[in-house]
Amino acid sequence: MRIDCKHVWEHISAYIENDVDAELRAEIDRHLETCEICSAVLDSTRNVVILVADDRVFELPAGFSQRLHARIDRELDQQGGPNLRV
Amino acid sequence: MTPPGPEIEAEYIHRILAGEKHLFHELIRPCERSIYFLLFSLLKNETEAEDVAQETVIKVYQNLDKFRGDSQFRTWVLSIARNEALGRLRKIGNRREDSLDAEIDEQSGDYSPAILTSWREIPAEALEQKELGALLRNAISGLPEIYRNVVLLRDIEEMDIRETAAVLGISEASVKVRLHRARALLQRSLAPQLKGFVPKRKGWLGGRK
Repeated sequence: MRIDCKHVWEHISAYIENDVDAELRAEIDRHLETCEICSAVLDSTRNVVILVADDRVFELPAGFSQRLHARIDRELDQQGGPNLRV
Repeated sequence: MTPPGPEIEAEYIHRILAGEKHLFHELIRPCERSIYFLLFSLLKNETEAEDVAQETVIKVYQNLDKFRGDSQFRTWVLSIARNEALGRLRKIGNRREDSLDAEIDEQSGDYSPAILTSWREIPAEALEQKELGALLRNAISGLPEIYRNVVLLRDIEEMDIRETAAVLGISEASVKVRLHRARALLQRSLAPQLKGFVPKRKGWLGGRK
């Protein structure tokens, strides 16, 4: 039985994650061969997922790391800290 | 940044607890980005996120002897960050509780994608254009929080499903449902706008004739 477009959309995220079983994957692949809409939806979704993963999209505020490590240094200089395990 | 292997983390922790305190800098460094962006997703404010990031890291240091190694170190750190953020939200009177998340999760909504008939891939090089980054950030900021948190951990910080579930205190099945919806919402809002960023062939191939 051929699966319809809506059925494909429901599994797009899992398909990208490689988290669909072999049978479903084969059905989706068969559908994609002849459905340009689902192919475009899959390609655009995958493209969005790849783009948002790029480190240039979300960058730490300038100086964040320096301020964080300066704060850590102040803590380390104090007495105490974690219980020393000898 | 990929965290170092658990053996190296365990060795660092052992040495820090034995007195080599300065190694804490190296232990925490690979977690910094994830801490900040998780907090930014929860608190929606740069100053608050940075402030709570510092509190989180100090708390991690002070409680280092309590880390038992039954989860990844980063998972443990991010759970502390999440708790600190929820504490901060309660303090400032914003009672966003997880039960609200659960209710939204049960609701069915429209997660159908933007319909396109073709797609030309936008390469990562296009991110040199500031507008593209801004478009992506705005789309993610505009997601409902429960979806934003999952996208942040799974797609932006590239954690696996299990770690994402552990940090957020939800089931792996919920992570998958939320991830699916989040990606569908992002595709729907972004795909029609992203088409303008397809590079022109000549320029993209370095001006070949």
